[in-house]
Amino acid sequence: MKRKAFALVAALAAFGAGTLSAPVAAQQEGDQFFPLLVYRTGAYAPNGTPWANGKQDYVKYINATGGINGVKIGWEECETGYATDKGVECYERLKSKKPSMIDPQATGITFALTDKAPVDKVPLVTLGYGLAASQDGGVFKWNFPLMGSYWTAADALIQHLGKKEGGLDKLKGKKIALVYHDSPFGKEPIPLLQKRAQMHGFELVLLPVTAPGVEQKATWLQVRQQRPDYTLLWGWGVMNSTALKEAVATGYPREKLLGVWWSGAEPDVKDVGANAKGYSALALNPHGTDSVLIKDILKKVHDAGNGAGPREEVGSVLYMRGLLISMLSVEAVRTAQAKFGKGKVMTGEQVRWGLENLNVDEKRIGELGLAGLIRPIKTSCNDHMGSTSVRIHSWDGTTWKMQPDWYEADKSVIDPLVKEAADKYATDKQIKRRDASDCAA
Amino acid sequence: MLYRENGQFKTSYAADQQIFPIAQDRLAIGLLLLVAFVVMPMAGSEYLFRAVLIPFLILALAALGLNILVGYCGQISLGTGAFMAVGAYAAYNFMVRIDGMPLIGAMLLGGLTATVVGVLFGVPSLRIKGLYLAVATLAAQFFTDWAFLRISWFTNNSTSGSVSVAGLNVFGLPIESPVAKYLFCLTVVCVFALAAKNLTRTATGRQWMAIRDMDVAAAVIGIRPVYAKLTAFAVSSFIVGVAGVLWAFVHLGAWEPAAFSIDRSFQLLFMVIIGGLGSIMGAFFGAAFIVVLPIILDQVPHLLGIPLSTATTSHLVHMIFGALIVFFLIAEPHGLAKLWSIGKQKLRLWPFPH
Amino acid sequence: MGFFLETLFGGLMAGMLYSLIALGFVLIYKASGVFNFAQGAMVLFAALAMARFAEWIPKWLGFDNLILANLLAFGVAMALMVVLAWVIERLCLSKLVNQEGITLLMATLGISYFLDGLGQTLFGNDIYSINVGMPKEPAMILEGTFQGGLLISKEDLVAALIAAGLVLALALFFQKTTTGRALRAVADDHQAAQSIGIPLNRIWVIVWSVAGFAALVAGIIWGSKLGVQFSLSLVALKALPVVILGGLTSVPGAILGGLIIGVGEKLSEIYLGSFFGGGIEIWFAYVLALGFLLVRPQGLFGEKIIDRV
Repeated sequence: MKRKAFALVAALAAFGAGTLSAPVAAQQEGDQFFPLLVYRTGAYAPNGTPWANGKQDYVKYINATGGINGVKIGWEECETGYATDKGVECYERLKSKKPSMIDPQATGITFALTDKAPVDKVPLVTLGYGLAASQDGGVFKWNFPLMGSYWTAADALIQHLGKKEGGLDKLKGKKIALVYHDSPFGKEPIPLLQKRAQMHGFELVLLPVTAPGVEQKATWLQVRQQRPDYTLLWGWGVMNSTALKEAVATGYPREKLLGVWWSGAEPDVKDVGANAKGYSALALNPHGTDSVLIKDILKKVHDAGNGAGPREEVGSVLYMRGLLISMLSVEAVRTAQAKFGKGKVMTGEQVRWGLENLNVDEKRIGELGLAGLIRPIKTSCNDHMGSTSVRIHSWDGTTWKMQPDWYEADKSVIDPLVKEAADKYATDKQIKRRDASDCAA
Repeated sequence: MLYRENGQFKTSYAADQQIFPIAQDRLAIGLLLLVAFVVMPMAGSEYLFRAVLIPFLILALAALGLNILVGYCGQISLGTGAFMAVGAYAAYNFMVRIDGMPLIGAMLLGGLTATVVGVLFGVPSLRIKGLYLAVATLAAQFFTDWAFLRISWFTNNSTSGSVSVAGLNVFGLPIESPVAKYLFCLTVVCVFALAAKNLTRTATGRQWMAIRDMDVAAAVIGIRPVYAKLTAFAVSSFIVGVAGVLWAFVHLGAWEPAAFSIDRSFQLLFMVIIGGLGSIMGAFFGAAFIVVLPIILDQVPHLLGIPLSTATTSHLVHMIFGALIVFFLIAEPHGLAKLWSIGKQKLRLWPFPH
Repeated sequence: MGFFLETLFGGLMAGMLYSLIALGFVLIYKASGVFNFAQGAMVLFAALAMARFAEWIPKWLGFDNLILANLLAFGVAMALMVVLAWVIERLCLSKLVNQEGITLLMATLGISYFLDGLGQTLFGNDIYSINVGMPKEPAMILEGTFQGGLLISKEDLVAALIAAGLVLALALFFQKTTTGRALRAVADDHQAAQSIGIPLNRIWVIVWSVAGFAALVAGIIWGSKLGVQFSLSLVALKALPVVILGGLTSVPGAILGGLIIGVGEKLSEIYLGSFFGGGIEIWFAYVLALGFLLVRPQGLFGEKIIDRV
């Protein structure tokens, strides 16, 4: 036994030395490298997996249709398990392959990478999550919270409630509870909600849920005690389905329960089924298999036997979100190629320029095969978000039903908050706001 | 043949009491330090520093601290992550609230704060023992997790509860590049390892070990359990706190309490047990095993060109990792350090074992 | 008053569910001196097996009957837990006899890593559901006495009753059967038990199987409540304060401990939580246990720890 142990230790040590010192295999020459940070295991796997599959399928789809102006995309997945230290390790490992951009797929990892990315010149694409303040491209040169942040999400939710009540002024005297994941992810929307509460005179009740959120009885007893007019759900992973189940168990009407876009996907409600009927959540992206793009992906990727996940999953909410992330990244590379040379491999800096000058208009959306399903996205030097449009979808017991109204975040509410937070960040980090010449470059 | 102590006579007490009494050992350690301080900075890749060596060094330091408590004093703690967090957040607060606070100063003050908290949570150990204590230390873990999330003063009123530091420097030298970070961590670890090694050879260290071996007997021969246990908690928490500062400031840069979750506590306890209880060397072996092994296992299918899905690879890594831990516990319950010393024993007789 | 009672009931029922998991810890510790950290992983593994076989078996055999599918899945999952117990004993425990408690504890942590990986490889890592027909909608009682009535979760009530039944059955098993007596003998003294001809290895397999059974029942109840997915293994953390509060070696202790922790954490969260900003229940449970331990270091019903030199 001891001898075996010795042999094993020796073998592991030798192998380890070999693995770690060997130069990381160079990427295939002429490929645009997309690192894919994912989590397919652990507590958040049910949500992480379709997301990861969407990201991967779109990359495969682009490769199957001739690449980006002929440039193929090289990609590699790295499992983070939603853990920050593992995410940092993945980032460091994949960094040597000259990544075009990186989507950390977790708020915690985003925080850790925000400092590293500018040094390594890797843009961070955090579609619908990450730091709310990073919308301000003047300070966060390398962060791109495309399509929305937690603040725009919270703003849209309050607007929706106002609409339901027949005007934002009708919210006066109402009680709105926020049941949130007790982490930076869950806490980000609070300043905005507080501001809105002040503006409209509603009472905000904060109910934190300790991560991962398998035990929420006390929280929902409080909801029952306080009887809020509306409850906002700000969860991720198991917390969402548990919250819905506890809402059922305490008899809180699901119609009064509204989730953020991270609480409104199939894994969150699947297990609750018909009991979750009436629950609504923000829909950052469309879903379903009717669009031209999805039909094409099914044909060119899944029918060719290359699908990353099961066929039934294609078109689900989080799958589509992953797809959009890859799509916008590819569009950024395209934009960059238009400036720096078609058919060439873009560096991280060039892709960053592409992300900053993204202009996906109605025409382009049509070409991408998503006509009528997403709103135009146009980024600029100061606005790294591009669009704040979002809809609401409701669970009818078996599927998510999209509601027609679009909401846009109110700039007069969001912008001062963003500016203040970004300035504070800049002071803390001793960085200067970018001036006009930097923007033009 | 080469590794033999014949003919090395000790002529003074000092020579008899040195840490490495055998000349070959001194040479080996000297070479190791030379490689670590001179060769590595020149030869290592950025990935090696940032993803492997820096986490390894910092966690080895934390394991070293924990080993003092568990391995030398016999008090099992599952709250190590908590003390790392206390160190990190305390240092952060000293850094942002006091102008011109140097990194080293913040680091040591962070360690001292962790000491205070550690002693506080160590008090129950005077009455509660063994596994009961182990579970009770989880109170520290969950309490600090909660406190750093909920009490916004600790995070300087950051809206998200996540904090970050930038522009680190020591005596004017910036700690920004991977090599600088690596050298900084290495220096701190070396200093603390030497200090810890010497501390365990003092009267206090011997008292810890007496308490570990049997606390009632130790009390009978005149060792004060209060003093011995609380000093162990203090020293251990200090080192763990410093490791927490390094983990947060140097390795992560920006962090939230989840960086010091209960998983971290278990991970550190693993390092101590796999490495070897009551051995400074063991902390390094354990950290190497626990930090590096999953990274290697993760890359095996990739290197061999086996097309395994990310999820399968990750599950297999879990399984192999778990199985190896059980295997090593069965093969050598006293850890890799014991295996190392057996190896050295054999080497002394090699090639002519009697 | 009505709300207080609701909280109290909620706490009692949550506590019963904690006891169910705590029971697994106590059984194994009692009979083999192993603090089994893999209990959480066993709960997950058992629940995954149950959920997936209930889905697969009707497909394989081509029938459509929920009750039969659940029964068969239960049988298969239980068989799997017995095999697991046997393998763990064979490959791991029998080689670690006479080791220190902490080494054994770490070995079970190793086992839990292994089980996490194995369970997810075999059964997948999506979210699955167990449908054993638990009622989901709440019930209102005493509507005449209190304004708005008292809300009782039927699901929790059923779960608590099942847990109570299981505890009773296990207590009878320990007290009345020959095997139970052998288990108690082993718990008292390994060597003495062996010397009068009780096969230690077989006893351990039995104990781990019984713990596997407890894990399976806990997995089904929790799984039907939360959905079967990785996070299920984390509920073990809720059971730890229960175990030390009640005493590592006491079955009644696990029950009473569960109730105290359940009620304590719910009441604290609701009546004290707002002063601290909420989310205090997780650490409050541990602090509560710590407080009890300071008075009784061996837990409420644990065997008195006698120090001999």
